[in-house]
Amino acid sequence: MSDSGIGARVPRKEDHRFITGQGNYTDDINLPKQTYAYFVRSPHAHAKLGRINTKAAEAAPGVVAVFTGKDVEADGIGGLICGWMIHSKDGSPMNAGPHPILASGKVRYVGDHVAVVIAESYAEAKAAGELVDVSYKVLPAVVDTATAASAKGSVHDEIPNNTVYNWAIGDEAATDKAFSSAAHVTSIDLVNNRLIPNAMEPRAAIGDYDGGSDSFTLYTTSQNPHVARLVLSAFIGIAPEHKLRVIAPDVGGGFGSKIFIYAEETVCVWASKKVGRPIKWTAGRDEAFLSDAHGRDHVSKAEMAVDGNGKILGLRVKTTANMGAYLSTFASCVPTYLYATLLSGQYNIANIYAEVDAVYTNTAPVDAYRGAGRPEATYLVERIVETAARELGMDPAEFRSKNFVKEYPHQTPVIMCYDSGDYQDSLDKACALIKYDQFAKRRASSKRKGKLRGIGFSTYIEACGIAPSAAVGSLGAGVGLWESAEVRVNPTGNVEVLTGSHSHGQGHETTFAQLVSDRLGIPIDQVEIVHGDTDKVQFGMGTYGSRSGAVGMTAISKALDKVEAKAKKVASHVMEAAEGDIEFKDGSFTVKGTDKAMAFGEVALAAYVAHSFPTDQIEPGLKEGAFHDPANFTFPAGCHICEVEVDPDTGVTEIVDWVAVDDFGNIINPNIVEGQVHGGIAQGVGQALTENAVYDNGTGQLLSGSYMDYCMPRASDFPEFRLGFTVTECPTNPLGIKGCGEAG
Amino acid sequence: MPDLSMVVNGQNVSGSVEGRTLLVEFLREHLGLTGTHVGCDTSQCGACVVHVDGKAVKACTELAAACDGSKVTTIEGVANGSLHPMQEAFRQHHGLQCGFCTPGMIMAAIDMVNTHGKKLSDDTIRHELEGNICRCTGYHNIVKAIKAGAKKM
Repeated sequence: MSDSGIGARVPRKEDHRFITGQGNYTDDINLPKQTYAYFVRSPHAHAKLGRINTKAAEAAPGVVAVFTGKDVEADGIGGLICGWMIHSKDGSPMNAGPHPILASGKVRYVGDHVAVVIAESYAEAKAAGELVDVSYKVLPAVVDTATAASAKGSVHDEIPNNTVYNWAIGDEAATDKAFSSAAHVTSIDLVNNRLIPNAMEPRAAIGDYDGGSDSFTLYTTSQNPHVARLVLSAFIGIAPEHKLRVIAPDVGGGFGSKIFIYAEETVCVWASKKVGRPIKWTAGRDEAFLSDAHGRDHVSKAEMAVDGNGKILGLRVKTTANMGAYLSTFASCVPTYLYATLLSGQYNIANIYAEVDAVYTNTAPVDAYRGAGRPEATYLVERIVETAARELGMDPAEFRSKNFVKEYPHQTPVIMCYDSGDYQDSLDKACALIKYDQFAKRRASSKRKGKLRGIGFSTYIEACGIAPSAAVGSLGAGVGLWESAEVRVNPTGNVEVLTGSHSHGQGHETTFAQLVSDRLGIPIDQVEIVHGDTDKVQFGMGTYGSRSGAVGMTAISKALDKVEAKAKKVASHVMEAAEGDIEFKDGSFTVKGTDKAMAFGEVALAAYVAHSFPTDQIEPGLKEGAFHDPANFTFPAGCHICEVEVDPDTGVTEIVDWVAVDDFGNIINPNIVEGQVHGGIAQGVGQALTENAVYDNGTGQLLSGSYMDYCMPRASDFPEFRLGFTVTECPTNPLGIKGCGEAG
Repeated sequence: MPDLSMVVNGQNVSGSVEGRTLLVEFLREHLGLTGTHVGCDTSQCGACVVHVDGKAVKACTELAAACDGSKVTTIEGVANGSLHPMQEAFRQHHGLQCGFCTPGMIMAAIDMVNTHGKKLSDDTIRHELEGNICRCTGYHNIVKAIKAGAKKM
């Protein structure tokens, strides 16, 4: 292993600009003649829209224009889309209500977009926003997840029972049969509470129309600028793809919430042509709370059938998933194919049947948030496994061991085929790290201090490396989920890699450069990673679902294969040797059995000089591209164990120890992987102990709409995390990596 | 429109601003110092921390006019030829991911050392970070970076 290649703890290349204040986030960009947008948002959760009087606002100081839903409709601009078709168990397609970018007819959640005011300054736009006079006829709000389907109100008038779909997976009859022969059945009711993603950089956008070229540029806080361009072009109708450039510069965290195409950036880019000037919008944190897509929000009932020996026979799950007021970009697949397909956990469970009802409510849209469906599955499976072990009087670690999948490939009854793993190994290592065998002593010691001590396990599995296009296509995805890469070798031997993955904290500029360094034998500072601009990178599917390593880097690896093959052709010509005799190692091309050698840089130069090339055999230049479509999901897995002390008098809960042993396959940069695990743990702890998105059940007002009310985890909420790793290589990509973005 | 002048990162600056202009708006929009970020509207997240007359201040909660005559240091001004030891420590210890909270974290960390000295315990660091929120790192490597950076200051 070199000091900058695969596996090395390389400090990140991108850090210099961030630690010196030279990051380039969307709100840091200002364009000449820029105007500012303020969105007038609904103060009601559910209301009929009456007359919107914009006259006073239009006359206010600095105001350039005011637009409402009628202006959008008049221009033939379409609504936002949900890109994954789910069919109910009766075969009917999901009920997707319209999702206008500025409200039409009704408003459906507090924060819904009613009008946009565009002015010379943000302060003037906001002040004028107060003058937009909207008449609302307030309707009863549908808020509660569990009762939405039987609520009086209809979020979308044309959709009965507020139901998006009644979906099911697995063999119901076989599962019922397994339950009928069970020695023991464990039942639990669970709420997986709603979260608000809270990337530290609020969403922002600048729309810019250029009349000279009749084209648009959109700067936006996106995890997937090409997908944004595709949706804005093909579905919303802003402009043809070749007339729309989307740039996602430095992005300050995403966690899923910046995958989606939202109303605000769509309005900014559309309206920039109408006003003939760039329009900038940056969310306040209050707007982020109200209008970023939220996460989780499931209510479930689960039952587990176990035989007399502690072997799990079956799992039956009924989940109601809250979609909010509109179907966000990927909302429909989260509680179905990203959730129920993971209900087997790390366990060999022969029979699983799950029903998922998705419901509309008068709340902000819910979509993928870190882990997206898979943490919801893990929470349910691990809670019921733990409960079953306790009911049976078995040690929870032993109960898990007894039921682990032990042979691969392992086909679960819910689509997924696990390719590799060693769940016992990670459990054993985690138990050793936390000294599980001495837990009783620690509990006794806590008791002497008047504290209660508890221990909890999570032996989780994720399906990452999203995703095989054929598989997701057969399940309803509107797009394939491959990734693209282009490797451009310059005449002087340095390299630019253009990737469809997007880095918003993951460190691609470093890890991707490590891969190139490893393969080409050049230092990482000779490698530039280019991403986040549809004019530079031809196409890509972006970053989510821990796909940038397993899918994005594999695309780069395939392009590097082609670069190496072409470079060998050039080297063979220059060194006058047979192509088959050229070997490439540590940055040097050699001729087998001779002392002839050319450095990578020399071959690169030769490829561009090309004076003596037989042009019918060798094209000049050294640039190759590749698309990679994975053969399967990847299956990172591991074991996290947490110990807490609770003060029974005050309820104060302290996490006193946390160990994690994860199997992510091969690791490119341990620093970055550990950082991902730390962050994942913090978000998990946040959900468990401090965070909760709360809507008032009567009015649909968001009660936890600021950092004064929504408790973000702080540094003092955590101990030092103790991490370990096991490695089983992923067999379906050449790098053997599984992805690490969603553990914890 | 109050006139104001201050020394920002060692440079004399002056301008005319609306009375309601916040220090962070003056830095970002008037001076183009976009390293200081705005992550919230309730003085909770700390992405906007700068130093005013040597003390850490949340620039989203201070009027620019109130800083008339002050010395202000932002993230752009802490490196002196080479990186400040706290900046270097964040890099070495992977104390940042998306980078958005990082300027405020580094400014708060330098202030922490100025207040509590170079030997910082984990408990002190974690407690003192109460006003700085990070969503990416779980704070683990931020604590390590601050501890190491403090020793080198």
